Amino acid sequence: MQVELTVNGERRSDEVEPRMLLVHYLRDVCGLRAANVGCDTTSCGACTVLLNGESVKSCTVLVAQAAGQEVITTEGLASDGELHPVQRAFRAEHGLQCGFCTPGMVMAAIGLLAENPHPTEREVREGLEGNLCRCTGYHNIVRAVLAAAREADAEVTA
Amino acid sequence: MIPAPFDYVQAESAAHAIALLAEHGDDAKLLAGGHSLLPMMKLRLAAPEVLIDIARVPELAGITRDGDELVIGAATRHADLAGSALVRAQAPLLAHAASLVGDPQIRHRGTIGGSLAHADPAADLPMALVALGGSVQLSGPDGARAVAADDFFTGFFETALEPGELLTAVRVPCRPDAVWGYQKFVRRANDWAIVGVATIGGRIALANMGPVPLRARAAEDALAAGASPAEAARLAAEGTSPGEDIHADRGYREHLARVLTRRALDGEHS
Repeated sequence: MQVELTVNGERRSDEVEPRMLLVHYLRDVCGLRAANVGCDTTSCGACTVLLNGESVKSCTVLVAQAAGQEVITTEGLASDGELHPVQRAFRAEHGLQCGFCTPGMVMAAIGLLAENPHPTEREVREGLEGNLCRCTGYHNIVRAVLAAAREADAEVTA
Repeated sequence: MIPAPFDYVQAESAAHAIALLAEHGDDAKLLAGGHSLLPMMKLRLAAPEVLIDIARVPELAGITRDGDELVIGAATRHADLAGSALVRAQAPLLAHAASLVGDPQIRHRGTIGGSLAHADPAADLPMALVALGGSVQLSGPDGARAVAADDFFTGFFETALEPGELLTAVRVPCRPDAVWGYQKFVRRANDWAIVGVATIGGRIALANMGPVPLRARAAEDALAAGASPAEAARLAAEGTSPGEDIHADRGYREHLARVLTRRALDGEHS
């Protein structure tokens, strides 16, 4: 079947099998390898991307279900060589260890902050419930999300 | 893991979806959020030849009030249910249950109709619907009918849906002022309840205490006869038939049902 959708701002049209999962479309057809296939069972969140601005696990979405919609992956976050504020915060707060869960964590965090720009620490922890870090590096990940929220506030007040 | 091959059809309307179901029969499955069906297809526990996508059928979307009931389109996602001001005001138990399904990503995709039709006895929304005394609207080639929550869940992952029928909407009574409680006992984040309890206005529903979401009738009867919540909760496991798994044996689940029912009757929300 033919699917048309927007990936990181680029309109695409590709011939795919109906059974193709969004994560395989992104990795194998679009060549975007940030979204990782981790558990492949909707648990770990390493494949998280934004679909119409909302976090979804791309291992459990058919590319056919995303037709006509807008997908953003970690590759689509930086603009003009500037990292996205959440990416900057993950770097500044060392919100990663091995890095495998990081693209999914960043996308889930962006989705969380879009829905709740001023989360408490508890809300961040609950908001990242769908993302697992096998290094158990949660503490700095939570700090990074809180720092990104504070930075967004500072930019608004500045 | 990749599902077995299938044809994908997007339904334009509920009538179109029903016609497609009639055309393809047992070879077809309805797809909404896909967060129960796609994992089963990836594990090859399901291998439909045709998927009929109903997620974008306009008449299956939306939440409205009809007299003393809320009418919730079957394709309403858990996130929309949890965030709806109308649901939070009129059926706060349902909004709370929706906010506990899976995790944020799952709530962005999964739908109330899909969760109810899937009928996992450990899931949140089937238990919530039974507690609220809601009903589902089913449409098929022979017309539409309503089925009460107590009659909808007929067995382990089985419902009153006939082949060829589509769950179009969910109706729940508006209960803005009723005292309610909700307890979901899990070992891990993003998991199903080992045991769940939802209570509202003298009704008590249990998750994962049998093949379907159950009413704790003995405890309800005791409450109606004037027993205290603590006394009634002692009867919460009467008439249940919980399974056993790595998380809990039968006795432990019965114990949880009693403890969680007492907490829920005290109005606690987990």
